[in-house]
Amino acid sequence: MSATRAEHEYGAHPMVLPPDASAAQDGLDVAPAVRLDLYRRLEELRQFEKRAYDLFMQQLVKGTSHLSLGMEAISAGFGAAMRKDDYTFATYRGHAHTLSRGVGMAPVLAELLGRANGLMGGKGGSMHLTSVEHGVLGSYAIIGAHLCVANGAAWSAQVRRSGQVTVCFFGDGTTNIGAFHEALNYAAVYSLPVVFVCENNLYMEYTSIADITAVPSPAADRAAAYGLPAIKIDGNDVDVVYRTAGDALELARSGGGPSLIEAVTYRHGGHSRADPGKYRPAGEVEAWMAYDPLTVHRARLIRLGVAESELDGIRADVARAVDEATEEAKNGRLPDVESAFTDVWADGGSQWRN
Amino acid sequence: MAQLSYREAVSRGIAQEMARDERVMLIGEDIGGAGGVFKTTAGLFEQFGRTRVVDTPISEQAILGAAMGAAMTGLRPIAEIMFSDFFAVCWDIVVNEIAKMRYMTNGQVKMPLVIKSGNGGSLRMGAQHSQSIENWAMAVPGLKVVTPSTPLDVVGLMAAAVRSDDPVLFFEHKGLYASKGEVPDGEIVDELGKAAIRRPGKDATVLALGLMVGRALGAAEELAREGIDVEVIDVRSLVPLDTQTLLTSISRTGRLFTVEENPRLLGWGAEIASIAADECFWDLDMPIRRITTPHIPLPSADSLEDAVLPSVDRIVQDVRKGVSL
Ligand SMILES: Cc1ncc(C[n+]2csc(CCOP(=O)(O)OP(=O)(O)O)c2C)c(N)n1
Ligand SMILES: [Mg+2]
Repeated sequence: MSATRAEHEYGAHPMVLPPDASAAQDGLDVAPAVRLDLYRRLEELRQFEKRAYDLFMQQLVKGTSHLSLGMEAISAGFGAAMRKDDYTFATYRGHAHTLSRGVGMAPVLAELLGRANGLMGGKGGSMHLTSVEHGVLGSYAIIGAHLCVANGAAWSAQVRRSGQVTVCFFGDGTTNIGAFHEALNYAAVYSLPVVFVCENNLYMEYTSIADITAVPSPAADRAAAYGLPAIKIDGNDVDVVYRTAGDALELARSGGGPSLIEAVTYRHGGHSRADPGKYRPAGEVEAWMAYDPLTVHRARLIRLGVAESELDGIRADVARAVDEATEEAKNGRLPDVESAFTDVWADGGSQWRN
Repeated sequence: MAQLSYREAVSRGIAQEMARDERVMLIGEDIGGAGGVFKTTAGLFEQFGRTRVVDTPISEQAILGAAMGAAMTGLRPIAEIMFSDFFAVCWDIVVNEIAKMRYMTNGQVKMPLVIKSGNGGSLRMGAQHSQSIENWAMAVPGLKVVTPSTPLDVVGLMAAAVRSDDPVLFFEHKGLYASKGEVPDGEIVDELGKAAIRRPGKDATVLALGLMVGRALGAAEELAREGIDVEVIDVRSLVPLDTQTLLTSISRTGRLFTVEENPRLLGWGAEIASIAADECFWDLDMPIRRITTPHIPLPSADSLEDAVLPSVDRIVQDVRKGVSL
């Protein structure tokens, strides 16, 4: 894969197939309880996103939404590895990253539904999920900007000597915007405690990343420019993500500076809304559907002797929780119109004149 | 009491706040060891050290992103954008991120940061280093916008901006850096959202900002010799806007002139003219007149720049004509 310029029909780019190296990682040093916790997280993120999709198709979620179906291992692995007071910066594709920091499903769903009991009272929506009390310092919908903002939170932690690490998630497409390069250089220069995580799902919106990027690995191949090692991992193997996250967090916490991690993954669905993702070559989607983070992790747990009934139990618990959250969200009332006029300013209001 | 230049007042104001509150940090290009391209931060690096006065790469988005993230998590940064024209390369961070974060999160975060920037023309620097962009900023809900015109105001408004829990764009007029004024010793703290009547008068209200305040006062002197008594108000703060002071004056004089350095369309005076038309129309004795730079980029040659920026002469002529109507 080295095409820097598409010389083929749109959508007929070479397939990128999953690694299927997961069995080789069974020996990774991850405690059994952590492995089970990771499974639960994967189930939560998966079932939540499916519900979000259903609600969108029922036209209860308005506007747009970007799901992480197929990409859950990254948010699950990081969520489990992060310290409670660490900071998360996510993108518009941020449901999973928000939930994985412990934010409840109901307020997130209610936010998607535009209800008063939404995480931001209906003023942010799907693309801007934020829960400061959980360290989720925002989901950002303009490509690139939040890498720069993440640096600021990391700088503040460094100045306050709080030991907090900032983790910033973004897509492969984001490596081609200027802010990515500004942010990486900036983080490296000041040795900021920040971990940049490129979720390389092989596509920007509707274009293959390989078609429009000068290097094969959009993040890892750029790392050297900022004096950072190239780290490229299987983003569908939650144990691998968990271990990689732990190492990068530890490095940052101990003053070792930033990391740039490229986690290769795939989205099961389209970019957003009801995009069918037709621009992907035949066979590619099927291969990645088979190399699904849940399947991969479940198979490993079973290989390692966990009873299927235990995993089914977790699955059923989560299904119940998603149903309950859906009810709670749907039962929320609509926000008061007055709330549209609050919190422009720190005094709580929106006055711009006397 | 000391005579300070406008540029010295900038560092005096910042030093006052950095000494008071250790959460206040200063970041920007060449602001540390070099003391700033305009020498507005001279001495701060020596006084506060490299942890609090941070020289950055030429990365305007990274600079403002860093300020934003730090403001959200307990610091109170002051960031410099060297020339206000450069806001165009980081406007996303200002407009989409800094301005909206508190609102979109339903009040979960505060944004106590200041972005200081050299603004305005008269220095023959051409179209990319001379713009007056207050109106860009005031068009965005969530940003506070101030432009001091005197060294004393620089210190006081800088302190007010730093102490504000909202983001403040602090426009320093480059054409005023060398100007001097009295600044008392001791702590100086002003207030955002307050205009200042620089010269009381009864025949006409002339609103001005930054470099234009001096020109409006110069015009008022000339007009006084002709028996026309002009009230000159330094607007100082566009957001929040001190409409009470402005409208009271306009209603009393019955004549409103704005002197704006920005190009014609949608300059700050247009908004004030609209408010005045709405709220004191029946007190007006003549149509509102905006005196602005024409709707062109600023040329660099001194003769051309002088011809297009509002001048004392142009203000005199326009006010004289208006008052005689
Ligand atoms: C500055 C900017 N340009 C374009 C867009 C429109 N846009 C939204 S998502 C997206 C694709 C981003 O791709 P990637 O970074 O790979 O993230 P993914 O959606 O695959 O997670 C684009 C182009 C945007 N939001 N911001
Ligand atoms: Mg992508």
